[in-house]
Amino acid sequence: MSKISLRRKPDSMSIVFVVLAAFILLFIFAPPLKTIFSSSPGTLWNTLLQEDVYSSILLTISAALMATMIGLFLGVPLAYLLARHQFRGKGFLEAIIDVPIVIPHSAAGVALLFVFGSNFLLGKIFHSIGINFFGAFAGVVIAMMFVSVPFLIDSAKEGFEAVDVRLEKVARTLGASHWKSFFRISLPLARRSIFSGSVMMWARGLSEFGAILILAYHVPFFRWNPVVAPILVADRFNYGLDYTRPVAALVILISLIVFIVLRTMAYRGEKA
Amino acid sequence: MISIKNLKVDLGSFLLRNIDLGVQPGEYFIVLGPTGAGKTILLEAIAGLYPVLKGEIWIDSREITRLNPEKRGIGIVYQDQVLFPHLSVEKNIAFGLKMRKYPKQGIKAKIDAIAEIVGIVHLLGRSPGTLSGGEKQRVALARALVTEPKVLLLDEPLSALDPETRERLQQELREMHHRVKVTIIHVTHDFEEAIALGHRVAVLNDGRIAQVGTPEEILRHPSSEFMARFALSRNIFSGRAVDAEANYALIDIGGVKLAALTGLRDEVHLSLRPEDILISKEPLQSTARNSFQGVVSDITDRGSIVYVTVSLPPDFVCLVTRQSFEELQLKTGVRVWITFKASATHVF
Repeated sequence: MSKISLRRKPDSMSIVFVVLAAFILLFIFAPPLKTIFSSSPGTLWNTLLQEDVYSSILLTISAALMATMIGLFLGVPLAYLLARHQFRGKGFLEAIIDVPIVIPHSAAGVALLFVFGSNFLLGKIFHSIGINFFGAFAGVVIAMMFVSVPFLIDSAKEGFEAVDVRLEKVARTLGASHWKSFFRISLPLARRSIFSGSVMMWARGLSEFGAILILAYHVPFFRWNPVVAPILVADRFNYGLDYTRPVAALVILISLIVFIVLRTMAYRGEKA
Repeated sequence: MISIKNLKVDLGSFLLRNIDLGVQPGEYFIVLGPTGAGKTILLEAIAGLYPVLKGEIWIDSREITRLNPEKRGIGIVYQDQVLFPHLSVEKNIAFGLKMRKYPKQGIKAKIDAIAEIVGIVHLLGRSPGTLSGGEKQRVALARALVTEPKVLLLDEPLSALDPETRERLQQELREMHHRVKVTIIHVTHDFEEAIALGHRVAVLNDGRIAQVGTPEEILRHPSSEFMARFALSRNIFSGRAVDAEANYALIDIGGVKLAALTGLRDEVHLSLRPEDILISKEPLQSTARNSFQGVVSDITDRGSIVYVTVSLPPDFVCLVTRQSFEELQLKTGVRVWITFKASATHVF
């Protein structure tokens, strides 16, 4: 692709577009940066040492990680099937997968409660093996998973679609079973898309508020009883902006750092 | 020996039907057909990669119609871009050996041996992304051959290459086949490729096998419109090339010696387009090296153009416009001169 040089005599459209672009970039950049820099590093450190803060952050990170793991285990096979097979109703199925993205998340929480609450369907089955969702870690996990797994499935599907099916066919003729051709050829070749989908899913899980609020407000987590970080930020806001700002700054900072590190890793992989 | 009996395969928009083929051990067998004739699907059905509706596929005395592809011992090389991009050349070739649980200590020697045969020893450490088209096809060949398949399927293996590389690789395919003696089924839409490589050729058209025979038989007695059209579109001869002056060869095609621009010697094929041949009543004064007298033996009228067969012998099909045809007052039995340049011939 040829580079468009903005240094040449600028036309009116370029000028307008650059100004508009600057506005939207500022809009994205300014709030998180302002939040982070409005608290001193000392304040941030002291906030991090508060029990309800660090337990909340640990809960949020680990629940999102767990959701992503389960999402990988269950979502990657679906993504592969969608990438490799044409069937009636496929478009409908793909639309269904994206439903969690379009419905309000508090409503999603209610919907999850209907299926996973201990009086209902799946809830009963899981209850019989000792897993409860309401007000529990598992509830946080499924709430995060519900709202974030479409990102992983969509990305993994694109990754598999980009793998030439003839590579799998050649592998089969060379003696690989279905399983081996998947694990030796398709999966390694789609790994970047799966990885970046996982990062997106994990990050989306971290930020979930509405569904968790309904399903699992305070949850027992080791010896603490924390809420997830987005809820903690909202809770503290009830007591004033000064009280919530350092928590918000911490949550933003940690999310940003992890996001940047993972994105860089994925990008490196792409270049190599 | 591989035999295909009454095979039926659904291609979505049409069917491959009544496919019956028998390929001898060590034979170089060509399936020739126009683009979209279902050639790739036929190969994939043989390899077990595409479902078969009806019919049977046998290798030697074993039926493999419903066998998984990994159990068949059939290798495949596609047209392009099908090396495993995340594995080095060496690991690409080792893949089949590992899958087939070949003893670890023997793998290296096996790879070296096949790399030597297809001339890629210097490429073993490279990544597929850095290879040229011709190099990739050699690696793909090595990867398929190293597992010693009973049958090797080649799906338009030369079509994605530039003409020069294609010609060289075609030559090498023939030599490789001499050395390893594997049974090959090679599909192509390229007539010259079919004629240069095939012991026998099956013509696939409209989902059916229209004709099976040696290249000679197929050309001299085309039984399908598709082949007949081709027979008119090229003059193809086989003969012996001997040295003439620098860069030139004289090719004896039985009866006449044609001057051609080529480095190839001994047994060769030569093609010549009908539109490159000039017809005249008197010998032409020109720089063209090939000029012969013959008799018009056949005329095929296609409206604005006319195919005129001139017999020296052998027969040369020439293309003239209707205007020239009428000006020259061509009729069967008329004596004419045909003239063409050495550079108009294609030797392969």
